[in-house]
Amino acid sequence: MGRYIARRLLLTIPVLLGSTFLIFAMVYALPGDPIAALAGDRPLAPGVVAELKDRYNLNDPLLVQYGKYLGALLQGDLGTDFAGRSVSETVVERLPVTVKLAAVAIVFEAIIGLVAGILAGIRKDSFFDTLVLVSTIAVVSIPVFVLGFVAQITLGLRLNLFPISGISEGLYSYLLPGFVLAALSVAYVARLTRTSLVENLRNDYVRTAKAKGLPPRTVIGKHTMRNSLIPVVTFLGADLGALLSGAIVTEGIFNIPGLGRTVFQAVQLSEGAVVVGIVTLFIFFYIVFNLVVDILYAALDPRIRYE
Amino acid sequence: MSDTTRAGRDAATGPDLQGSSLGLTEGGVEQAQSAKSGGGLVAAAGGSVRQASLWSDAWRQLRKNPIFVVAALLLVVLSVMALFPSLFTNADPLSCDLANSRGGPGTNGAWFGYDLQGCDYYANIIYGVRVSMVIGVAVVGGSLVIGVILGALAGFYGGWFDALMSRITDIFFGLPLILGAIILLNAFTGDRGLFQVSVALIAFGWMTILRLLRSSVIAVKATDYVQAARALGASDWRIITTHILPNALAPVLVYSTIAIGGIIAAEATLSFLGIGLQRPSISWGLQIEEARDFVRTSPYLLLLPSAFLSATVLCFIMLGDALRDALDPKLR
Repeated sequence: MGRYIARRLLLTIPVLLGSTFLIFAMVYALPGDPIAALAGDRPLAPGVVAELKDRYNLNDPLLVQYGKYLGALLQGDLGTDFAGRSVSETVVERLPVTVKLAAVAIVFEAIIGLVAGILAGIRKDSFFDTLVLVSTIAVVSIPVFVLGFVAQITLGLRLNLFPISGISEGLYSYLLPGFVLAALSVAYVARLTRTSLVENLRNDYVRTAKAKGLPPRTVIGKHTMRNSLIPVVTFLGADLGALLSGAIVTEGIFNIPGLGRTVFQAVQLSEGAVVVGIVTLFIFFYIVFNLVVDILYAALDPRIRYE
Repeated sequence: MSDTTRAGRDAATGPDLQGSSLGLTEGGVEQAQSAKSGGGLVAAAGGSVRQASLWSDAWRQLRKNPIFVVAALLLVVLSVMALFPSLFTNADPLSCDLANSRGGPGTNGAWFGYDLQGCDYYANIIYGVRVSMVIGVAVVGGSLVIGVILGALAGFYGGWFDALMSRITDIFFGLPLILGAIILLNAFTGDRGLFQVSVALIAFGWMTILRLLRSSVIAVKATDYVQAARALGASDWRIITTHILPNALAPVLVYSTIAIGGIIAAEATLSFLGIGLQRPSISWGLQIEEARDFVRTSPYLLLLPSAFLSATVLCFIMLGDALRDALDPKLR
């Protein structure tokens, strides 16, 4: 197991290098002169421009810039934006917001998805089962930004139940955006739970447990659920990684000052250092959560062993 | 293994084989007889038994699936809308009269009312089908070309090429589709049109097809009929194209169908964010973006294109679901 983790960690190095280079190359190609944009209407003195270009390594070729960036990154320095603010500072300020949003979303996923999936799976082919199947397909086909707007109009404006913009009301203001962010995955969790439960209920050990005279509550709650939840738990783990980096649209619609909105604004302002820094963090999340999920899989299912 | 045991085995399997082939001929005779006596209906059934393959079985099952029939019919209508929008509306989506600005549904006989510029909203929504369908099909088609070629090579030959492909897909998987497309689209100078948006979505959308195809090629490669073809001296090209691909494409086909819906939603998202298509292109994403400022007074501006967008995505998802049920022999 230890060797497996070590090998997986080693394999992440080329992936991290490759993806940071990919973003770096794309950001390097961003049009426009950020230094000129910085100056506004009055052009800067040529000396100042040269000084600034030198400070941000803008005169070096792509590979040299990338090398310098990596060197600084290894020392924990994410660079500074063109206003002189360090990117790490921005990340430290915005990350908690994104984490809170992702946490609210994952709680919604786990509660609504699991309850709907279990109820549908226990009573396969019942009215509720069909209802869950139909509504999950419907939810999956509505794009997130449409869902966000409809939620804003109905629950926010018409019924006035939730704040629709910003985070000024604490955790309460995260509920609606968290729900919208979770909606797609709620549908997946519900379907996954249902399928997994239906498959496991056909097993011999379930019949044995029933034959022993165990009450249905114990048969399902204790014997079947444990096995059925393995794929669901791993899905939730992987999804947490995706939620941390997938909130650009939701954060934009609900005006939430998290990493997603920050990176979107940075792309439009050609703030290379901010884009590369935050996206590198996203990729890091993605890789780490996938590794955790693979290890979790082995921990939960004794049939899986990594060499 | 000694020669005698091998001979013994041959002797043991000999009659067995004969028996089974005898069974086959018997079945054939039976079939022919019943065809003769039973008339056209039975003959048709006999014919389909003889040429039963994964694809013909799947097609037979699909035709009986009401979800498939409904989704396919809707897609036919949408395709006709995309090809010949003027069949559905006489109004020109780009001839607008500001006097009609945000006139609700029914104003001057316009079914869906007018948008902010006073353009016929129904015509705009109908013309919006084209962009969505073109981008959905182009992006998934492009991803299929990349994914199928590279995935087949990686799965078939393995080795360093496979390892390289695995790392490259890992690298691209780390970037979410929308985020990657946003950065790439910002890097393009000049106008952003259908071509640029498609390229950006292909660039970050091809990886799943490669992975799916690679794993099913590996599974098919190990089967007896591929070994047999190899023993008969077939070239790699022939093995891949005639033996492996037809049997490895099913999961990719299911994924691709659903992915068209996902790509259509992604294009709308990008256009909505102001980073995909630009006016005067007609896209549901742009219409929804414009509607966001008027959700209180004119909610129909938001709801109508949203409904068309969701329904189109839904069609592709239902079609993919039906295909999966039909192509997975385990579920029959």
